[in-house]
Amino acid sequence: MAVTTEVERKRPGMLPWVGDLSRLPWWIVVVAIVGGAAIFAIVTNRHWEAAYEFTKTGIRFTIILSITSFAIALVIGLLAGLGQLSSNMVFRNLSMLYVQVIRGIPIIVQLYFVAFVITPVAINLLNDLGGNMRLLIPLAGLGGALSRIHIRDIDMLYRAIAALTIAYGAFEAEVFRAGIESIQRGQMEAARSLGMSHLQAMRYIILPQAIRVVLPPLGNDFISMLKDSSLASILAIRELTHVGQLHRARTFRSWESLGVVAILYLVLTLSLSFLVKRMERRLAFAK
Amino acid sequence: MPNSTPSNVTNDDIIIIENCSKSFGEVVALSDINLRIRRGEVCFIFGPSGGGKSTLLRCINHLETIDSGRIVVDGIQLTEAKETIDQVRAEVGMVFQLFHLFPHLKVLENITLAQRVVRGRSKEEATEVALALLDRVGIPEKADVFPNQLSGGQMQRVAIARALAMNPRIMLFDEPTSALDAEMIQEVLDVMLDLAREGITMVVVSHEMGFAKAAADRMVFLSEGKIVEIGITSELFNNPKEARTKEFLDQILT
Repeated sequence: MAVTTEVERKRPGMLPWVGDLSRLPWWIVVVAIVGGAAIFAIVTNRHWEAAYEFTKTGIRFTIILSITSFAIALVIGLLAGLGQLSSNMVFRNLSMLYVQVIRGIPIIVQLYFVAFVITPVAINLLNDLGGNMRLLIPLAGLGGALSRIHIRDIDMLYRAIAALTIAYGAFEAEVFRAGIESIQRGQMEAARSLGMSHLQAMRYIILPQAIRVVLPPLGNDFISMLKDSSLASILAIRELTHVGQLHRARTFRSWESLGVVAILYLVLTLSLSFLVKRMERRLAFAK
Repeated sequence: MPNSTPSNVTNDDIIIIENCSKSFGEVVALSDINLRIRRGEVCFIFGPSGGGKSTLLRCINHLETIDSGRIVVDGIQLTEAKETIDQVRAEVGMVFQLFHLFPHLKVLENITLAQRVVRGRSKEEATEVALALLDRVGIPEKADVFPNQLSGGQMQRVAIARALAMNPRIMLFDEPTSALDAEMIQEVLDVMLDLAREGITMVVVSHEMGFAKAAADRMVFLSEGKIVEIGITSELFNNPKEARTKEFLDQILT
Protein backbone atom coordinates (compact mmCIF):
# COMPACT_ATOMS: atom_id res chain seq x y z
CA MET A 1 0.00 0.00 0.00
CA ALA A 2 2.68 2.44 1.06
CA VAL A 3 4.59 1.89 -2.15
CA THR A 4 1.55 2.68 -4.25
CA THR A 5 1.05 5.95 -2.39
CA GLU A 6 4.64 6.96 -3.05
CA VAL A 7 4.22 6.37 -6.76
CA GLU A 8 0.93 8.24 -6.84
CA ARG A 9 2.51 11.28 -5.17
CA LYS A 10 5.46 11.42 -7.47
CA ARG A 11 3.36 11.33 -10.60
CA PRO A 12 3.15 14.87 -11.93
CA GLY A 13 -0.52 15.69 -12.17
CA MET A 14 -2.34 18.60 -13.63
CA LEU A 15 -2.52 20.12 -10.15
CA PRO A 16 0.46 18.71 -8.26
CA TRP A 17 -0.02 21.00 -5.28
CA VAL A 18 -3.43 19.49 -4.53
CA GLY A 19 -1.67 16.33 -3.32
CA ASP A 20 -4.00 13.76 -1.80
CA LEU A 21 -7.03 15.80 -2.73
CA SER A 22 -6.45 14.87 -6.35
CA ARG A 23 -7.49 11.35 -5.54
CA LEU A 24 -10.89 12.25 -4.17
CA PRO A 25 -13.79 11.29 -6.45
CA TRP A 26 -14.66 14.91 -7.22
CA TRP A 27 -17.34 14.00 -9.67
CA ILE A 28 -19.34 12.44 -6.85
CA VAL A 29 -18.89 15.61 -4.83
CA VAL A 30 -20.28 17.65 -7.71
CA VAL A 31 -23.21 15.26 -8.14
CA ALA A 32 -23.90 15.44 -4.41
CA ILE A 33 -23.85 19.25 -4.42
CA VAL A 34 -26.20 19.42 -7.42
CA GLY A 35 -28.46 16.86 -5.81
CA GLY A 36 -28.47 18.77 -2.52
CA ALA A 37 -29.25 21.99 -4.35
CA ALA A 38 -32.12 20.30 -6.16
CA ILE A 39 -33.61 18.95 -2.96
CA PHE A 40 -33.20 22.37 -1.36
CA ALA A 41 -34.97 24.00 -4.31
CA ILE A 42 -37.81 21.49 -4.26
CA VAL A 43 -38.34 21.99 -0.53
CA THR A 44 -38.08 25.78 -0.49
CA ASN A 45 -39.21 26.99 -3.90
CA ARG A 46 -42.83 26.54 -4.91
CA HIS A 47 -42.11 26.42 -8.66
CA TRP A 48 -39.59 23.64 -8.20
CA GLU A 49 -41.94 21.91 -5.80
CA ALA A 50 -44.80 22.10 -8.31
CA ALA A 51 -42.56 20.75 -11.06
CA TYR A 52 -41.44 17.88 -8.83
CA GLU A 53 -44.92 16.99 -7.60
CA PHE A 54 -46.28 16.93 -11.13
CA THR A 55 -43.33 15.14 -12.76
CA LYS A 56 -42.76 12.41 -10.23
CA THR A 57 -45.98 10.70 -11.36
CA GLY A 58 -44.05 9.76 -14.52
CA ILE A 59 -41.53 7.62 -12.65
CA ARG A 60 -44.01 4.77 -12.42
CA PHE A 61 -44.48 4.46 -16.18
CA THR A 62 -40.79 4.90 -16.86
CA ILE A 63 -40.06 1.96 -14.59
CA ILE A 64 -42.90 -0.19 -15.94
CA LEU A 65 -41.76 0.48 -19.51
CA SER A 66 -38.11 -0.27 -18.83
CA ILE A 67 -38.51 -3.37 -16.71
CA THR A 68 -41.19 -5.02 -18.83
CA SER A 69 -39.50 -4.30 -22.14
CA PHE A 70 -36.10 -5.33 -20.90
CA ALA A 71 -37.33 -8.58 -19.37
CA ILE A 72 -38.96 -9.66 -22.62
CA ALA A 73 -35.99 -8.37 -24.64
CA LEU A 74 -33.72 -10.66 -22.64
CA VAL A 75 -35.74 -13.71 -23.67
CA ILE A 76 -35.85 -12.64 -27.32
CA GLY A 77 -32.18 -11.71 -27.19
CA LEU A 78 -31.15 -15.08 -25.82
CA LEU A 79 -33.15 -16.90 -28.49
CA ALA A 80 -31.84 -14.71 -31.30
CA GLY A 81 -28.30 -14.90 -29.90
CA LEU A 82 -28.44 -18.70 -29.87
CA GLY A 83 -30.08 -18.53 -33.28
CA GLN A 84 -27.17 -16.60 -34.74
CA LEU A 85 -24.85 -19.38 -33.62
CA SER A 86 -27.18 -22.19 -34.68
CA SER A 87 -26.10 -24.67 -37.29
CA ASN A 88 -29.68 -24.64 -38.54
CA MET A 89 -29.63 -22.44 -41.60
CA VAL A 90 -33.19 -21.15 -41.15
CA PHE A 91 -32.77 -20.12 -37.48
CA ARG A 92 -29.39 -18.60 -38.18
CA ASN A 93 -30.56 -16.47 -41.06
CA LEU A 94 -33.76 -15.38 -39.38
CA SER A 95 -31.79 -14.29 -36.32
CA MET A 96 -29.21 -12.46 -38.39
CA LEU A 97 -31.94 -10.73 -40.37
CA TYR A 98 -33.71 -9.62 -37.19
CA VAL A 99 -30.57 -8.36 -35.48
CA GLN A 100 -29.13 -6.54 -38.46
CA VAL A 101 -32.37 -4.93 -39.62
CA ILE A 102 -33.57 -3.82 -36.20
CA ARG A 103 -30.20 -2.45 -35.12
CA GLY A 104 -30.13 -0.37 -38.26
CA ILE A 105 -33.37 1.51 -37.62
CA PRO A 106 -33.63 4.33 -35.07
CA ILE A 107 -35.71 3.34 -32.05
CA ILE A 108 -37.95 6.35 -32.47
CA VAL A 109 -38.87 5.21 -35.98
CA GLN A 110 -39.53 1.71 -34.65
CA LEU A 111 -41.86 3.17 -32.01
CA TYR A 112 -43.90 4.99 -34.66
CA PHE A 113 -43.82 1.92 -36.86
CA VAL A 114 -45.07 -0.51 -34.25
CA ALA A 115 -47.69 1.91 -32.93
CA PHE A 116 -49.14 3.07 -36.21
CA VAL A 117 -48.34 0.39 -38.79
CA ILE A 118 -47.81 -3.00 -37.21
CA THR A 119 -50.51 -2.71 -34.55
CA PRO A 120 -53.32 -1.76 -36.97
CA VAL A 121 -52.23 -4.35 -39.50
CA ALA A 122 -52.09 -7.05 -36.82
CA ILE A 123 -55.50 -6.11 -35.44
CA ASN A 124 -57.04 -6.13 -38.91
CA LEU A 125 -55.63 -9.58 -39.48
CA LEU A 126 -57.03 -10.78 -36.15
CA ASN A 127 -60.42 -9.29 -37.02
CA ASP A 128 -60.44 -11.10 -40.36
CA LEU A 129 -59.36 -14.32 -38.71
CA GLY A 130 -62.08 -13.94 -36.07
CA GLY A 131 -64.66 -13.25 -38.75
CA ASN A 132 -63.79 -16.49 -40.50
CA MET A 133 -63.66 -18.48 -37.26
CA ARG A 134 -67.15 -17.32 -36.34
CA LEU A 135 -68.43 -19.44 -39.20
CA LEU A 136 -67.12 -22.55 -37.45
CA ILE A 137 -69.43 -23.45 -34.61
CA PRO A 138 -66.85 -24.71 -32.05
CA LEU A 139 -64.70 -21.61 -32.48
CA ALA A 140 -67.52 -19.12 -32.70
CA GLY A 141 -66.96 -17.61 -29.24
CA LEU A 142 -63.27 -17.00 -29.73
CA GLY A 143 -63.87 -15.82 -33.28
CA GLY A 144 -66.43 -13.31 -32.09
CA ALA A 145 -64.03 -11.98 -29.48
CA LEU A 146 -61.23 -11.66 -32.02
CA SER A 147 -63.39 -9.87 -34.54
CA ARG A 148 -64.50 -7.33 -31.94
CA ILE A 149 -60.99 -6.17 -30.98
CA HIS A 150 -60.57 -2.55 -31.91
CA ILE A 151 -57.29 -0.91 -32.77
CA ARG A 152 -57.87 1.75 -30.15
CA ASP A 153 -58.25 -0.98 -27.50
CA ILE A 154 -54.53 -1.59 -27.73
CA ASP A 155 -53.08 0.83 -25.22
CA MET A 156 -50.13 2.90 -26.38
CA LEU A 157 -48.22 1.52 -23.41
CA TYR A 158 -48.38 -1.98 -24.90
CA ARG A 159 -47.33 -0.69 -28.29
CA ALA A 160 -44.38 1.13 -26.74
CA ILE A 161 -43.37 -1.98 -24.79
CA ALA A 162 -43.56 -4.04 -27.96
CA ALA A 163 -41.39 -1.57 -29.88
CA LEU A 164 -38.76 -1.20 -27.15
CA THR A 165 -38.70 -4.98 -26.71
CA ILE A 166 -38.07 -5.57 -30.39
CA ALA A 167 -35.37 -2.91 -30.50
CA TYR A 168 -33.53 -4.11 -27.41
CA GLY A 169 -33.95 -7.80 -28.23
CA ALA A 170 -31.59 -7.18 -31.15
CA PHE A 171 -28.98 -5.51 -28.91
CA GLU A 172 -29.17 -8.27 -26.31
CA ALA A 173 -28.89 -10.92 -29.04
CA GLU A 174 -25.48 -9.51 -29.87
CA VAL A 175 -24.51 -9.45 -26.20
CA PHE A 176 -25.53 -13.08 -25.74
CA ARG A 177 -23.83 -14.15 -28.96
CA ALA A 178 -20.56 -12.52 -27.95
CA GLY A 179 -20.84 -13.98 -24.45
CA ILE A 180 -21.34 -17.51 -25.74
CA GLU A 181 -18.55 -17.13 -28.28
CA SER A 182 -16.20 -16.00 -25.52
CA ILE A 183 -16.36 -19.44 -23.91
CA GLN A 184 -13.50 -21.65 -25.12
CA ARG A 185 -14.39 -24.24 -27.74
CA GLY A 186 -12.82 -26.89 -25.53
CA GLN A 187 -15.64 -26.51 -23.02
CA MET A 188 -18.18 -27.64 -25.57
CA GLU A 189 -15.91 -30.45 -26.73
CA ALA A 190 -15.31 -31.66 -23.19
CA ALA A 191 -19.04 -31.67 -22.49
CA ARG A 192 -19.83 -33.46 -25.74
CA SER A 193 -17.07 -36.02 -25.19
CA LEU A 194 -18.75 -36.91 -21.89
CA GLY A 195 -21.83 -37.81 -23.89
CA MET A 196 -23.87 -34.65 -23.27
CA SER A 197 -26.11 -33.50 -26.09
CA HIS A 198 -25.59 -30.06 -27.60
CA LEU A 199 -28.56 -28.79 -25.59
CA GLN A 200 -27.26 -30.24 -22.32
CA ALA A 201 -23.81 -28.78 -22.94
CA MET A 202 -25.35 -25.37 -23.58
CA ARG A 203 -27.51 -25.55 -20.49
CA TYR A 204 -25.03 -26.92 -17.98
CA ILE A 205 -21.66 -25.78 -19.30
CA ILE A 206 -21.76 -22.92 -21.80
CA LEU A 207 -24.64 -20.71 -20.65
CA PRO A 208 -23.74 -20.66 -16.92
CA GLN A 209 -20.30 -19.40 -17.88
CA ALA A 210 -21.59 -17.03 -20.54
CA ILE A 211 -24.06 -15.45 -18.09
CA ARG A 212 -21.18 -14.27 -15.92
CA VAL A 213 -19.57 -12.72 -18.96
CA VAL A 214 -22.70 -10.95 -20.18
CA LEU A 215 -24.13 -9.64 -16.91
CA PRO A 216 -22.16 -6.39 -16.87
CA PRO A 217 -23.06 -5.47 -20.47
CA LEU A 218 -26.66 -6.48 -19.78
CA GLY A 219 -26.69 -4.18 -16.76
CA ASN A 220 -25.40 -1.34 -18.89
CA ASP A 221 -28.01 -2.04 -21.52
CA PHE A 222 -30.70 -1.91 -18.87
CA ILE A 223 -29.52 1.59 -17.97
CA SER A 224 -29.69 2.52 -21.65
CA MET A 225 -33.18 1.07 -21.81
CA LEU A 226 -34.22 3.25 -18.90
CA LYS A 227 -33.04 6.32 -20.78
CA ASP A 228 -34.48 5.20 -24.10
CA SER A 229 -37.87 4.68 -22.48
CA SER A 230 -38.09 8.48 -22.73
CA LEU A 231 -38.67 7.99 -26.46
CA ALA A 232 -42.06 6.52 -25.61
CA SER A 233 -43.12 10.08 -24.78
CA ILE A 234 -43.83 10.52 -28.50
CA LEU A 235 -46.69 8.05 -28.05
CA ALA A 236 -48.10 10.25 -25.27
CA ILE A 237 -47.35 7.73 -22.54
CA ARG A 238 -47.21 9.55 -19.23
CA GLU A 239 -43.66 8.62 -18.39
CA LEU A 240 -41.08 11.02 -16.98
CA THR A 241 -40.14 12.92 -20.11
CA HIS A 242 -43.70 13.29 -21.25
CA VAL A 243 -44.99 14.58 -17.91
CA GLY A 244 -42.05 16.96 -17.70
CA GLN A 245 -42.95 18.32 -21.11
CA LEU A 246 -46.60 18.64 -20.07
CA HIS A 247 -45.59 20.63 -17.03
CA ARG A 248 -43.35 22.87 -19.10
CA ALA A 249 -46.16 23.50 -21.58
CA ARG A 250 -48.61 24.34 -18.83
CA THR A 251 -46.39 26.57 -16.72
CA PHE A 252 -43.71 27.80 -19.14
CA ARG A 253 -41.26 26.91 -16.36
CA SER A 254 -38.70 25.15 -18.61
CA TRP A 255 -35.78 25.31 -16.20
CA GLU A 256 -37.74 23.76 -13.34
CA SER A 257 -39.59 21.15 -15.45
CA LEU A 258 -36.61 19.86 -17.40
CA GLY A 259 -34.29 20.21 -14.41
CA VAL A 260 -36.51 17.94 -12.33
CA VAL A 261 -36.82 15.45 -15.21
CA ALA A 262 -33.05 15.28 -15.68
CA ILE A 263 -32.42 14.85 -11.97
CA LEU A 264 -35.01 12.10 -11.59
CA TYR A 265 -33.40 10.20 -14.50
CA LEU A 266 -30.02 10.66 -12.87
CA VAL A 267 -31.28 9.27 -9.57
CA LEU A 268 -32.53 6.17 -11.38
CA THR A 269 -29.51 5.62 -13.63
CA LEU A 270 -26.85 6.33 -11.02
CA SER A 271 -28.43 3.96 -8.51
CA LEU A 272 -28.65 1.33 -11.22
CA SER A 273 -25.04 1.71 -12.28
CA PHE A 274 -24.05 1.43 -8.63
CA LEU A 275 -25.97 -1.86 -8.48
CA VAL A 276 -24.36 -3.08 -11.70
CA LYS A 277 -20.89 -2.35 -10.32
CA ARG A 278 -21.65 -4.29 -7.17
CA MET A 279 -23.02 -7.19 -9.17
CA GLU A 280 -19.90 -7.23 -11.32
CA ARG A 281 -17.71 -7.46 -8.26
CA ARG A 282 -19.77 -10.25 -6.75
CA LEU A 283 -19.79 -12.28 -9.94
CA ALA A 284 -16.11 -11.89 -10.70
CA PHE A 285 -15.27 -15.51 -10.14
CA ALA A 286 -11.57 -16.14 -10.26
CA LYS A 287 -10.54 -17.71 -13.53
CA MET B 1 -12.65 -63.77 -24.93
CA PRO B 2 -9.54 -65.55 -23.76
CA ASN B 3 -6.54 -63.49 -22.79
CA SER B 4 -3.95 -64.56 -25.30
CA THR B 5 -1.14 -62.35 -24.04
CA PRO B 6 0.11 -61.60 -20.57
CA SER B 7 -1.53 -58.16 -20.77
CA ASN B 8 -5.24 -57.65 -21.11
CA VAL B 9 -5.23 -57.56 -24.86
CA THR B 10 -7.86 -59.74 -26.51
CA ASN B 11 -8.40 -60.66 -30.09
CA ASP B 12 -11.46 -58.62 -30.89
CA ASP B 13 -11.06 -55.16 -32.33
CA ILE B 14 -12.76 -52.50 -30.25
CA ILE B 15 -11.81 -49.70 -32.65
CA ILE B 16 -11.71 -50.27 -36.38
CA ILE B 17 -10.47 -47.46 -38.60
CA GLU B 18 -10.67 -48.19 -42.30
CA ASN B 19 -9.44 -46.06 -45.18
CA CYS B 20 -10.01 -42.85 -43.28
CA SER B 21 -9.12 -39.51 -44.79
CA LYS B 22 -9.64 -36.02 -43.51
CA SER B 23 -8.66 -32.63 -44.86
CA PHE B 24 -8.98 -29.13 -43.48
CA GLY B 25 -9.40 -27.13 -46.66
CA GLU B 26 -6.21 -27.70 -48.63
CA VAL B 27 -4.37 -29.30 -45.73
CA VAL B 28 -4.51 -33.07 -45.63
CA ALA B 29 -4.64 -34.13 -41.98
CA LEU B 30 -5.21 -37.86 -42.45
CA SER B 31 -4.81 -39.84 -45.61
CA ASP B 32 -6.08 -43.38 -45.96
CA ILE B 33 -5.56 -44.47 -42.36
CA ASN B 34 -6.10 -48.13 -41.46
CA LEU B 35 -5.80 -49.10 -37.83
CA ARG B 36 -7.36 -51.75 -35.62
CA ILE B 37 -7.13 -51.47 -31.88
CA ARG B 38 -7.89 -54.49 -29.76
CA ARG B 39 -9.92 -54.59 -26.60
CA GLY B 40 -7.68 -53.97 -23.60
CA GLU B 41 -4.82 -52.69 -25.68
CA VAL B 42 -2.74 -49.63 -24.88
CA CYS B 43 -1.97 -48.03 -28.21
CA PHE B 44 0.60 -45.27 -28.26
CA ILE B 45 0.50 -42.81 -31.15
CA PHE B 46 3.49 -40.58 -31.71
CA GLY B 47 5.05 -38.51 -34.43
CA PRO B 48 5.97 -34.97 -35.40
CA SER B 49 3.62 -32.06 -34.69
CA GLY B 50 0.99 -31.53 -37.34
CA GLY B 51 1.24 -35.16 -38.36
CA GLY B 52 -2.45 -35.84 -37.69
CA LYS B 53 -2.19 -37.55 -34.30
CA SER B 54 -4.75 -35.40 -32.53
CA THR B 55 -7.05 -35.37 -35.54
CA LEU B 56 -7.08 -39.15 -35.62
CA LEU B 57 -7.91 -39.28 -31.93
CA ARG B 58 -10.65 -36.70 -32.29
CA CYS B 59 -12.19 -38.65 -35.16
CA ILE B 60 -12.64 -41.66 -32.90
CA ASN B 61 -15.23 -39.86 -30.79
CA HIS B 62 -16.45 -37.74 -33.64
CA LEU B 63 -15.18 -34.36 -32.50
CA GLU B 64 -13.98 -34.27 -36.10
CA THR B 65 -15.84 -35.90 -38.97
CA ILE B 66 -13.92 -37.97 -41.47
CA ASP B 67 -14.26 -37.12 -45.14
CA SER B 68 -14.15 -40.73 -46.26
CA GLY B 69 -13.65 -44.17 -44.80
CA ARG B 70 -15.24 -45.95 -41.88
CA ILE B 71 -14.79 -45.97 -38.12
CA VAL B 72 -16.41 -48.60 -35.92
CA VAL B 73 -16.17 -48.20 -32.17
CA ASP B 74 -17.19 -51.19 -30.05
CA GLY B 75 -19.49 -52.43 -32.75
CA ILE B 76 -21.09 -49.09 -33.44
CA GLN B 77 -20.36 -47.49 -36.76
CA LEU B 78 -19.83 -43.74 -36.59
CA THR B 79 -22.29 -42.02 -38.84
CA GLU B 80 -23.75 -38.55 -38.88
CA ALA B 81 -26.80 -39.75 -36.95
CA LYS B 82 -26.92 -38.04 -33.56
CA GLU B 83 -27.90 -41.15 -31.62
CA THR B 84 -24.93 -43.19 -32.73
CA ILE B 85 -22.54 -40.35 -31.96
CA ASP B 86 -23.87 -39.92 -28.43
CA GLN B 87 -23.86 -43.70 -28.03
CA VAL B 88 -20.19 -43.84 -28.98
CA ARG B 89 -19.21 -40.87 -26.86
CA ALA B 90 -20.74 -42.46 -23.79
CA GLU B 91 -18.36 -45.42 -24.30
CA VAL B 92 -15.32 -43.27 -24.97
CA GLY B 93 -13.63 -41.03 -22.41
CA MET B 94 -11.40 -38.24 -23.60
CA VAL B 95 -8.63 -36.37 -21.84
CA PHE B 96 -7.46 -33.12 -23.43
CA GLN B 97 -4.10 -31.41 -23.48
CA LEU B 98 -5.60 -28.31 -21.84
CA PHE B 99 -7.80 -30.28 -19.39
CA HIS B 100 -10.99 -28.31 -20.20
CA LEU B 101 -12.37 -28.65 -16.71
CA PHE B 102 -15.59 -26.71 -16.17
CA PRO B 103 -14.41 -23.59 -14.31
CA HIS B 104 -17.81 -22.68 -12.86
CA LEU B 105 -18.23 -26.05 -11.15
CA LYS B 106 -16.40 -27.46 -8.17
CA VAL B 107 -14.16 -30.47 -8.70
CA LEU B 108 -16.83 -32.83 -7.38
CA GLU B 109 -19.50 -31.33 -9.66
CA ASN B 110 -17.13 -31.56 -12.61
CA ILE B 111 -17.14 -35.31 -12.07
CA THR B 112 -20.81 -35.80 -11.15
CA LEU B 113 -22.54 -33.62 -13.76
CA ALA B 114 -22.34 -35.93 -16.78
CA GLN B 115 -23.05 -38.98 -14.63
CA ARG B 116 -26.30 -37.38 -13.60
CA VAL B 117 -27.49 -35.82 -16.86
CA VAL B 118 -26.17 -38.46 -19.26
CA ARG B 119 -26.17 -41.66 -17.21
CA GLY B 120 -29.14 -40.62 -15.09
CA ARG B 121 -27.49 -41.51 -11.81
CA SER B 122 -28.77 -40.11 -8.54
CA LYS B 123 -26.81 -37.38 -6.81
CA GLU B 124 -25.72 -39.78 -4.06
CA GLU B 125 -24.56 -42.45 -6.46
CA ALA B 126 -22.70 -39.96 -8.66
CA THR B 127 -21.02 -38.43 -5.63
CA GLU B 128 -19.95 -41.82 -4.40
CA VAL B 129 -18.41 -42.65 -7.76
CA ALA B 130 -16.71 -39.26 -7.94
CA LEU B 131 -15.20 -39.50 -4.46
CA ALA B 132 -13.89 -42.98 -5.16
CA LEU B 133 -12.29 -41.75 -8.38
CA LEU B 134 -10.74 -38.72 -6.70
CA ASP B 135 -9.26 -41.11 -4.20
CA ARG B 136 -7.94 -43.25 -7.01
CA VAL B 137 -6.22 -40.32 -8.77
CA GLY B 138 -4.77 -39.28 -5.44
CA ILE B 139 -6.54 -36.01 -4.62
CA PRO B 140 -9.54 -36.87 -2.41
CA GLU B 141 -9.09 -33.63 -0.48
CA LYS B 142 -9.82 -31.46 -3.53
CA ALA B 143 -13.49 -32.37 -3.98
CA ASP B 144 -14.81 -29.03 -2.79
CA VAL B 145 -12.50 -26.60 -4.53
CA PHE B 146 -12.85 -24.90 -7.88
CA PRO B 147 -10.55 -25.99 -10.71
CA ASN B 148 -8.65 -22.69 -10.66
CA GLN B 149 -7.30 -23.61 -7.25
CA LEU B 150 -5.58 -26.71 -8.59
CA SER B 151 -2.15 -27.20 -10.11
CA GLY B 152 -1.93 -28.36 -13.72
CA GLY B 153 -1.17 -31.93 -12.70
CA GLN B 154 -4.13 -31.96 -10.33
CA MET B 155 -6.39 -30.52 -13.02
CA GLN B 156 -5.41 -33.24 -15.44
CA ARG B 157 -6.04 -35.91 -12.80
CA VAL B 158 -9.51 -34.46 -12.19
CA ALA B 159 -10.09 -34.51 -15.95
CA ILE B 160 -9.15 -38.20 -16.01
CA ALA B 161 -11.49 -38.90 -13.10
CA ARG B 162 -14.25 -36.98 -14.87
CA ALA B 163 -13.87 -39.18 -17.96
CA LEU B 164 -13.63 -42.39 -15.93
CA ALA B 165 -16.82 -41.59 -14.05
CA MET B 166 -18.77 -42.46 -17.17
CA ASN B 167 -17.33 -46.02 -17.07
CA PRO B 168 -15.90 -45.76 -20.57
CA ARG B 169 -14.60 -48.85 -22.35
CA ILE B 170 -12.04 -46.74 -24.17
CA MET B 171 -9.96 -43.81 -22.98
CA LEU B 172 -8.45 -41.36 -25.43
CA PHE B 173 -5.56 -39.20 -24.25
CA ASP B 174 -4.66 -36.19 -26.38
CA GLU B 175 -1.19 -35.11 -25.30
CA PRO B 176 -2.22 -35.27 -21.63
CA THR B 177 1.10 -34.04 -20.25
CA SER B 178 2.16 -31.53 -22.89
CA ALA B 179 0.78 -28.51 -21.04
CA LEU B 180 2.25 -29.52 -17.69
CA ASP B 181 5.34 -28.31 -15.87
CA ALA B 182 8.03 -30.97 -15.73
CA GLU B 183 7.51 -31.81 -12.06
CA MET B 184 3.83 -32.58 -12.59
CA ILE B 185 4.15 -34.90 -15.56
CA GLN B 186 4.91 -37.99 -13.50
CA GLU B 187 1.84 -37.72 -11.25
CA VAL B 188 -0.38 -37.81 -14.34
CA LEU B 189 1.60 -40.61 -15.98
CA ASP B 190 1.32 -42.65 -12.77
CA VAL B 191 -2.46 -42.45 -12.94
CA MET B 192 -2.34 -43.50 -16.59
CA LEU B 193 -0.03 -46.41 -15.81
CA ASP B 194 -2.50 -47.59 -13.17
CA LEU B 195 -5.27 -47.48 -15.73
CA ALA B 196 -3.20 -49.38 -18.28
CA ARG B 197 -2.67 -52.16 -15.74
CA GLU B 198 -6.40 -52.40 -15.13
CA GLY B 199 -7.03 -53.32 -18.74
CA ILE B 200 -9.04 -50.44 -20.08
CA THR B 201 -8.44 -49.83 -23.78
CA MET B 202 -6.27 -46.75 -24.13
CA VAL B 203 -5.26 -44.71 -27.14
CA VAL B 204 -2.58 -42.26 -26.12
CA VAL B 205 -1.17 -39.45 -28.23
CA SER B 206 1.96 -38.29 -26.48
CA HIS B 207 5.68 -37.62 -26.58
CA GLU B 208 6.29 -39.43 -23.30
CA MET B 209 8.39 -42.34 -24.53
CA GLY B 210 8.90 -43.51 -20.97
CA PHE B 211 5.19 -44.15 -20.69
CA ALA B 212 5.19 -45.97 -24.01
CA LYS B 213 7.99 -48.24 -22.87
CA ALA B 214 6.29 -48.97 -19.59
CA ALA B 215 2.70 -49.43 -20.71
CA ALA B 216 2.10 -49.51 -24.45
CA ASP B 217 1.35 -52.77 -26.24
CA ARG B 218 1.81 -51.26 -29.66
CA MET B 219 3.13 -48.03 -31.05
CA VAL B 220 1.97 -46.17 -34.12
CA PHE B 221 4.24 -43.68 -35.84
CA LEU B 222 2.15 -41.10 -37.66
CA SER B 223 3.67 -38.51 -39.93
CA GLU B 224 2.16 -36.20 -42.54
CA GLY B 225 -1.23 -37.83 -42.12
CA LYS B 226 0.01 -41.32 -42.83
CA ILE B 227 0.83 -44.30 -40.66
CA VAL B 228 4.51 -44.82 -41.30
CA GLU B 229 4.93 -47.79 -39.00
CA ILE B 230 2.99 -49.86 -36.50
CA GLY B 231 4.74 -52.28 -34.20
CA ILE B 232 4.95 -54.03 -30.86
CA THR B 233 6.49 -51.53 -28.47
CA SER B 234 9.78 -53.30 -27.79
CA GLU B 235 10.34 -54.11 -31.44
CA LEU B 236 9.58 -50.62 -32.62
CA PHE B 237 11.88 -49.13 -30.03
CA ASN B 238 14.80 -51.46 -30.61
CA ASN B 239 14.41 -52.24 -34.22
CA PRO B 240 12.35 -49.74 -36.24
CA LYS B 241 11.82 -50.87 -39.81
CA GLU B 242 11.38 -47.48 -41.39
CA ALA B 243 14.19 -44.95 -41.65
CA ARG B 244 11.86 -42.11 -40.74
CA THR B 245 10.79 -43.85 -37.54
CA LYS B 246 14.38 -44.41 -36.56
CA GLU B 247 15.26 -40.81 -37.30
CA PHE B 248 12.37 -39.50 -35.20
CA LEU B 249 13.11 -41.84 -32.31
CA ASP B 250 16.76 -40.83 -32.34
CA GLN B 251 15.78 -37.18 -32.22
CA ILE B 252 13.28 -37.57 -29.42
CA LEU B 253 15.32 -39.96 -27.28
CA THR B 254 18.50 -37.90 -27.19
